[in-house]
Amino acid sequence: MMVVGASIAVLVTMAMAMARALLGPTVYDRVLAVNMFGTKTVLTIALIGFFTGRPEFLDLALAYGLLNFIGTIAVLKFFQFGSLGASGPHPGETESG
Amino acid sequence: MESTVDFALLGLLAITAFGVLRMRNLVAVVMLMGIYSFLSAALFVVLDAVDVAFTEVAVGAGVSTILALGTVALVGTRQKRRKHSPVLPLFIVLVTGGMLVYGTYDLPRWGEPDNPVHRHVAPEYLADQVPLAAEPGEALAVHIPNIVTTVLASYRGYDTLGETTVVFAAMVGVLTLFVGSRRPRRGGRPPADDEDGDGAS
Repeated sequence: MMVVGASIAVLVTMAMAMARALLGPTVYDRVLAVNMFGTKTVLTIALIGFFTGRPEFLDLALAYGLLNFIGTIAVLKFFQFGSLGASGPHPGETESG
Repeated sequence: MESTVDFALLGLLAITAFGVLRMRNLVAVVMLMGIYSFLSAALFVVLDAVDVAFTEVAVGAGVSTILALGTVALVGTRQKRRKHSPVLPLFIVLVTGGMLVYGTYDLPRWGEPDNPVHRHVAPEYLADQVPLAAEPGEALAVHIPNIVTTVLASYRGYDTLGETTVVFAAMVGVLTLFVGSRRPRRGGRPPADDEDGDGAS
Protein backbone atom coordinates (compact mmCIF):
# COMPACT_ATOMS: atom_id res chain seq x y z
CA MET A 1 0.00 0.00 0.00
CA MET A 2 2.75 2.41 0.87
CA VAL A 3 4.56 1.50 -2.33
CA VAL A 4 1.41 2.23 -4.32
CA GLY A 5 0.97 5.60 -2.68
CA ALA A 6 4.61 6.47 -3.22
CA SER A 7 4.40 5.44 -6.87
CA ILE A 8 1.38 7.65 -7.48
CA ALA A 9 3.07 10.56 -5.73
CA VAL A 10 6.23 10.12 -7.79
CA LEU A 11 4.28 9.86 -11.05
CA VAL A 12 2.31 13.02 -10.24
CA THR A 13 5.57 14.83 -9.46
CA MET A 14 7.00 13.60 -12.76
CA ALA A 15 4.00 15.04 -14.57
CA MET A 16 4.46 18.39 -12.83
CA ALA A 17 8.18 18.49 -13.62
CA MET A 18 7.28 17.67 -17.21
CA ALA A 19 4.84 20.58 -17.28
CA ARG A 20 7.58 22.90 -16.06
CA ALA A 21 9.96 21.60 -18.71
CA LEU A 22 7.35 22.17 -21.42
CA LEU A 23 6.17 25.60 -20.24
CA GLY A 24 9.18 26.94 -18.38
CA PRO A 25 9.82 30.50 -19.43
CA THR A 26 13.56 30.48 -18.75
CA VAL A 27 16.29 27.98 -19.45
CA TYR A 28 16.90 27.52 -15.74
CA ASP A 29 13.34 26.31 -15.18
CA ARG A 30 13.96 23.66 -17.77
CA VAL A 31 17.35 22.64 -16.36
CA LEU A 32 15.80 22.30 -12.94
CA ALA A 33 12.91 20.33 -14.38
CA VAL A 34 15.30 17.89 -16.07
CA ASN A 35 17.32 17.52 -12.89
CA MET A 36 14.16 16.85 -10.91
CA PHE A 37 12.97 14.42 -13.54
CA GLY A 38 16.22 12.52 -13.18
CA THR A 39 15.71 12.32 -9.43
CA LYS A 40 12.18 11.07 -9.96
CA THR A 41 13.51 8.43 -12.36
CA VAL A 42 15.84 7.24 -9.60
CA LEU A 43 12.86 6.98 -7.25
CA THR A 44 10.76 5.22 -9.88
CA ILE A 45 13.46 2.61 -10.41
CA ALA A 46 13.71 2.06 -6.67
CA LEU A 47 9.93 1.68 -6.39
CA ILE A 48 9.78 -0.69 -9.37
CA GLY A 49 12.47 -2.73 -7.66
CA PHE A 50 10.36 -2.95 -4.54
CA PHE A 51 7.08 -3.90 -6.05
CA THR A 52 8.58 -6.47 -8.36
CA GLY A 53 10.36 -7.92 -5.35
CA ARG A 54 13.83 -7.28 -6.68
CA PRO A 55 15.41 -4.39 -4.83
CA GLU A 56 18.85 -5.30 -6.24
CA PHE A 57 18.44 -2.51 -8.75
CA LEU A 58 18.89 0.06 -6.01
CA ASP A 59 22.58 0.39 -6.84
CA LEU A 60 21.57 1.22 -10.40
CA ALA A 61 19.37 3.97 -9.00
CA LEU A 62 22.33 5.30 -7.02
CA ALA A 63 24.47 5.39 -10.15
CA TYR A 64 21.69 7.30 -11.91
CA GLY A 65 21.71 9.83 -9.12
CA LEU A 66 25.44 10.43 -9.63
CA LEU A 67 25.08 10.71 -13.40
CA ASN A 68 22.19 13.12 -13.04
CA PHE A 69 24.22 15.35 -10.75
CA ILE A 70 27.24 15.38 -13.06
CA GLY A 71 25.03 16.03 -16.08
CA THR A 72 23.36 19.01 -14.43
CA ILE A 73 26.72 20.46 -13.42
CA ALA A 74 27.96 20.06 -16.98
CA VAL A 75 24.89 21.72 -18.46
CA LEU A 76 25.06 24.66 -16.07
CA LYS A 77 28.78 25.06 -16.67
CA PHE A 78 28.00 25.09 -20.34
CA PHE A 79 25.42 27.84 -19.92
CA GLN A 80 27.81 29.94 -17.92
CA PHE A 81 30.92 29.63 -20.05
CA GLY A 82 29.52 28.79 -23.49
CA SER A 83 31.76 25.75 -23.79
CA LEU A 84 33.05 22.88 -21.76
CA GLY A 85 36.70 23.09 -22.71
CA ALA A 86 37.29 26.63 -21.48
CA SER A 87 38.92 26.93 -18.12
CA GLY A 88 36.54 29.70 -17.08
CA PRO A 89 37.29 32.98 -15.36
CA HIS A 90 39.65 33.24 -12.46
CA PRO A 91 38.14 33.21 -8.98
CA GLY A 92 36.86 36.63 -8.14
CA GLU A 93 35.78 37.56 -11.62
CA THR A 94 32.16 36.99 -12.46
CA GLU A 95 32.32 37.62 -16.19
CA SER A 96 31.37 34.74 -18.42
CA GLY A 97 32.84 34.14 -21.84
CA MET B 1 -0.09 -1.43 -10.30
CA GLU B 2 2.81 -2.31 -12.48
CA SER B 3 0.86 -1.78 -15.66
CA THR B 4 -0.37 1.56 -14.31
CA VAL B 5 3.22 2.67 -13.95
CA ASP B 6 3.95 1.40 -17.46
CA PHE B 7 1.06 3.35 -18.93
CA ALA B 8 1.95 6.48 -17.01
CA LEU B 9 5.57 6.30 -18.17
CA LEU B 10 4.51 5.66 -21.77
CA GLY B 11 2.07 8.56 -21.61
CA LEU B 12 4.76 10.91 -20.34
CA LEU B 13 7.03 9.61 -23.09
CA ALA B 14 4.44 10.48 -25.74
CA ILE B 15 3.92 13.96 -24.25
CA THR B 16 7.67 14.56 -24.30
CA ALA B 17 7.91 13.43 -27.92
CA PHE B 18 5.16 15.83 -28.98
CA GLY B 19 6.82 18.60 -27.01
CA VAL B 20 10.09 17.95 -28.84
CA LEU B 21 8.25 18.07 -32.15
CA ARG B 22 6.30 21.25 -31.47
CA MET B 23 8.93 23.42 -29.79
CA ARG B 24 11.01 25.98 -31.64
CA ASN B 25 13.45 26.78 -28.85
CA LEU B 26 16.27 24.31 -29.36
CA VAL B 27 17.64 24.57 -25.82
CA ALA B 28 14.25 23.50 -24.51
CA VAL B 29 14.23 20.68 -27.04
CA VAL B 30 17.60 19.46 -25.75
CA MET B 31 16.30 19.51 -22.18
CA LEU B 32 13.20 17.58 -23.25
CA MET B 33 15.40 15.01 -24.97
CA GLY B 34 17.12 14.50 -21.61
CA ILE B 35 13.75 13.83 -20.02
CA TYR B 36 12.90 11.47 -22.87
CA SER B 37 16.09 9.57 -22.14
CA PHE B 38 15.30 9.23 -18.45
CA LEU B 39 11.81 7.98 -19.27
CA SER B 40 13.07 5.38 -21.70
CA ALA B 41 15.63 4.27 -19.14
CA ALA B 42 12.85 3.76 -16.59
CA LEU B 43 10.91 1.78 -19.18
CA PHE B 44 13.98 -0.35 -19.91
CA VAL B 45 14.23 -1.15 -16.21
CA VAL B 46 10.56 -2.16 -16.25
CA LEU B 47 11.39 -4.46 -19.17
CA ASP B 48 14.29 -6.01 -17.18
CA ALA B 49 16.92 -4.64 -19.57
CA VAL B 50 19.01 -3.07 -16.86
CA ASP B 51 22.22 -2.81 -18.87
CA VAL B 52 20.42 -1.08 -21.73
CA ALA B 53 18.85 1.30 -19.22
CA PHE B 54 22.24 2.16 -17.82
CA THR B 55 23.64 2.86 -21.27
CA GLU B 56 20.60 4.95 -22.11
CA VAL B 57 21.11 7.20 -19.10
CA ALA B 58 24.87 7.54 -19.50
CA VAL B 59 24.80 8.16 -23.25
CA GLY B 60 21.32 9.55 -23.86
CA ALA B 61 20.80 11.79 -20.85
CA GLY B 62 24.44 12.49 -20.08
CA VAL B 63 26.72 12.76 -23.10
CA SER B 64 24.12 13.44 -25.81
CA THR B 65 22.71 16.40 -23.90
CA ILE B 66 26.14 17.98 -23.67
CA LEU B 67 26.92 17.31 -27.34
CA ALA B 68 23.55 18.67 -28.44
CA LEU B 69 24.05 21.79 -26.32
CA GLY B 70 27.45 22.29 -27.94
CA THR B 71 25.78 22.07 -31.33
CA VAL B 72 23.07 24.54 -30.29
CA ALA B 73 25.73 26.98 -29.12
CA LEU B 74 27.18 26.87 -32.64
CA VAL B 75 24.01 26.99 -34.72
CA GLY B 76 21.74 29.24 -32.66
CA THR B 77 18.76 28.48 -30.50
CA ARG B 78 15.84 29.07 -32.86
CA GLN B 79 14.58 26.45 -35.24
CA LYS B 80 13.83 27.64 -38.78
CA ARG B 81 10.29 27.39 -40.09
CA ARG B 82 9.98 24.45 -42.35
CA LYS B 83 9.00 25.09 -45.90
CA HIS B 84 7.52 21.80 -47.06
CA SER B 85 4.20 20.50 -45.85
CA PRO B 86 4.30 17.72 -43.24
CA VAL B 87 1.67 15.58 -44.99
CA LEU B 88 3.96 13.18 -46.84
CA PRO B 89 6.27 12.42 -43.86
CA LEU B 90 3.24 11.96 -41.63
CA PHE B 91 1.72 9.58 -44.16
CA ILE B 92 4.93 7.55 -44.37
CA VAL B 93 5.21 7.37 -40.58
CA LEU B 94 1.60 6.29 -40.18
CA VAL B 95 1.92 3.60 -42.86
CA THR B 96 5.16 2.29 -41.34
CA GLY B 97 3.66 2.27 -37.87
CA GLY B 98 0.56 0.49 -39.13
CA MET B 99 2.68 -2.15 -40.80
CA LEU B 100 4.70 -2.68 -37.63
CA VAL B 101 1.56 -3.07 -35.52
CA TYR B 102 0.14 -5.44 -38.14
CA GLY B 103 3.38 -7.43 -37.95
CA THR B 104 2.97 -7.95 -34.21
CA TYR B 105 -0.15 -10.06 -34.86
CA ASP B 106 2.10 -12.70 -36.40
CA LEU B 107 4.47 -12.88 -33.47
CA PRO B 108 4.50 -16.08 -31.41
CA ARG B 109 3.19 -15.84 -27.89
CA TRP B 110 5.64 -14.35 -25.45
CA GLY B 111 7.61 -16.86 -23.40
CA GLU B 112 6.38 -20.07 -25.04
CA PRO B 113 9.04 -22.79 -24.92
CA ASP B 114 8.32 -23.79 -28.53
CA ASN B 115 9.06 -20.35 -29.96
CA PRO B 116 11.50 -20.24 -32.87
CA VAL B 117 14.03 -18.35 -30.77
CA HIS B 118 14.33 -21.33 -28.44
CA ARG B 119 14.40 -23.83 -31.30
CA HIS B 120 17.11 -22.34 -33.47
CA VAL B 121 20.61 -22.91 -32.11
CA ALA B 122 20.02 -22.99 -28.38
CA PRO B 123 19.35 -26.77 -28.13
CA GLU B 124 22.60 -27.45 -29.97
CA TYR B 125 24.54 -25.20 -27.61
CA LEU B 126 22.93 -26.77 -24.59
CA ALA B 127 23.41 -30.30 -25.87
CA ASP B 128 27.11 -30.36 -26.41
CA GLN B 129 28.47 -27.26 -24.63
CA VAL B 130 30.77 -27.04 -27.57
CA PRO B 131 34.12 -25.45 -27.42
CA LEU B 132 34.87 -24.26 -30.92
CA ALA B 133 38.52 -25.11 -30.44
CA ALA B 134 37.88 -28.81 -30.01
CA GLU B 135 38.75 -31.38 -32.62
CA PRO B 136 35.78 -33.15 -34.21
CA GLY B 137 36.51 -36.35 -32.35
CA GLU B 138 36.83 -34.89 -28.88
CA ALA B 139 33.84 -32.68 -28.50
CA LEU B 140 34.42 -31.89 -24.83
CA ALA B 141 38.10 -31.15 -24.96
CA VAL B 142 37.58 -27.76 -23.29
CA HIS B 143 34.86 -28.63 -20.87
CA ILE B 144 33.37 -25.58 -19.21
CA PRO B 145 30.90 -26.59 -16.53
CA ASN B 146 28.83 -23.40 -16.68
CA ILE B 147 26.61 -23.13 -19.75
CA VAL B 148 26.49 -19.33 -19.60
CA THR B 149 30.27 -19.17 -19.57
CA THR B 150 30.38 -21.59 -22.47
CA VAL B 151 28.11 -19.48 -24.62
CA LEU B 152 29.83 -16.26 -23.61
CA ALA B 153 33.35 -17.52 -24.16
CA SER B 154 32.84 -19.72 -27.19
CA TYR B 155 30.20 -17.87 -29.19
CA ARG B 156 29.45 -14.47 -27.79
CA GLY B 157 33.11 -13.49 -27.94
CA TYR B 158 32.92 -13.35 -31.74
CA ASP B 159 29.93 -11.04 -31.48
CA THR B 160 31.89 -8.71 -29.22
CA LEU B 161 34.83 -8.83 -31.59
CA GLY B 162 32.54 -7.72 -34.41
CA GLU B 163 31.09 -4.89 -32.31
CA THR B 164 34.55 -3.70 -31.40
CA THR B 165 35.52 -3.69 -35.07
CA VAL B 166 32.49 -1.56 -35.92
CA VAL B 167 33.20 0.92 -33.13
CA PHE B 168 36.83 1.12 -34.16
CA ALA B 169 35.88 1.76 -37.79
CA ALA B 170 33.44 4.48 -36.74
CA MET B 171 36.07 6.16 -34.58
CA VAL B 172 38.63 6.08 -37.37
CA GLY B 173 36.05 7.64 -39.67
CA VAL B 174 35.24 10.46 -37.25
CA LEU B 175 38.91 11.19 -36.62
CA THR B 176 39.51 11.24 -40.37
CA LEU B 177 36.78 13.86 -40.71
CA PHE B 178 38.34 16.03 -38.01
CA VAL B 179 41.90 15.92 -39.33
CA GLY B 180 42.67 18.95 -41.45
CA SER B 181 39.53 20.92 -40.58
CA ARG B 182 41.33 23.50 -38.50
CA ARG B 183 40.13 26.51 -40.42
CA PRO B 184 39.15 29.65 -38.51
CA ARG B 185 35.63 29.75 -37.13
CA ARG B 186 32.83 32.04 -38.15
CA GLY B 187 32.52 34.97 -35.79
CA GLY B 188 29.47 36.03 -33.84
CA ARG B 189 28.72 32.94 -31.80
CA PRO B 190 29.93 32.50 -28.22
CA PRO B 191 33.57 31.41 -28.14
CA ALA B 192 33.93 27.66 -28.30
CA ASP B 193 37.67 27.14 -28.22
CA ASP B 194 37.62 23.55 -27.05
CA GLU B 195 38.98 21.92 -30.17
CA ASP B 196 42.09 20.62 -28.52
CA GLY B 197 40.24 18.86 -25.75
CA ASP B 198 37.53 16.72 -27.18
CA GLY B 199 38.54 15.89 -30.72
CA ALA B 200 41.20 13.43 -29.75
CA SER B 201 39.83 11.86 -26.63
